[in-house]
Amino acid sequence: MKKVTILQFPGTNCEYDTKYAFEKLGAKTEILWHKADKVPEDTDLLVIPGGFSYGDYLRSGAIAKFSPVMKAVEAYAKAGGKVLGICNGFQVLTETNLLPGALKRNENLHFLSKYHYLKVINNNNDFLKNLSVGDVVNIPIAHHDGNYFIDDAGLQELEDNDQILLRYSDANGNVENPNGSLDSIAGICNKEKNVFGLMPHPERAMEVILGSDDGVAMLQGFLKA
Amino acid sequence: MIKAVINVSLKAGVLDSQGKAVLHALESLHFNNVKDVRVGKQIVLQLDGDDKKAALADVTKMCEDLLANTVIEDYEIELV
Repeated sequence: MKKVTILQFPGTNCEYDTKYAFEKLGAKTEILWHKADKVPEDTDLLVIPGGFSYGDYLRSGAIAKFSPVMKAVEAYAKAGGKVLGICNGFQVLTETNLLPGALKRNENLHFLSKYHYLKVINNNNDFLKNLSVGDVVNIPIAHHDGNYFIDDAGLQELEDNDQILLRYSDANGNVENPNGSLDSIAGICNKEKNVFGLMPHPERAMEVILGSDDGVAMLQGFLKA
Repeated sequence: MIKAVINVSLKAGVLDSQGKAVLHALESLHFNNVKDVRVGKQIVLQLDGDDKKAALADVTKMCEDLLANTVIEDYEIELV
């Protein structure tokens, strides 16, 4: 049975959704308070969930970077451990430089909370291996600072190394950009393909009766060998 | 005591959506001579001591480590 460790900062609010989602898929989970100084040794996947760590003060994710647990997370990631940052977790990972680029205020300045289609751009990684390139999934977004930015050289590197995971699209997979993200980018991974970040919330798309279960195939990627 | 005034703003070339919204609002108030608006933030620190050179080095490190995200933001430091 795979073990998923879920970080919790002051202001995190998606840790229980994330726990529910991974337990539904058969994993065991542990919620880890940010004061911890190590990542549990049996961790197969470490998730930084969504929310508003430290009230988004200064910049989203900027203060969480200095929480005690983040040193352990950096060491865990550098040693090849798998890390997934969802929404605020993605912002924390860019602030920590575990993922390249940054997330700016949405272009139209609005907080966006709705379902949005995403197109799978690369699947040769642990996260999206259950999906095919070109697949379109319907996943909720809920963010104020989801406008991905990276400089030209950085973007080229993302493309060259198959690091772009998902782009915002319409139901047919055509580009549709809700927040001004560069190249309509919704999620990326690092060059080594063990650190993943995305603004949409796959853990909120686990039940058809609640709108979509497209998150199941995504999160399952981490639990299958 | 040294006062450090830090201005953080989005880099030139990084679209400033808030600046753009303010520009349009000014236009709607008929201030048609405004060509560009950049919105940033100001952080004011009170520092112990009176060694300005050391203070500048400290504040620069603070900006690099925390106060600015240099992927998208520039910062200017003024010591008073």
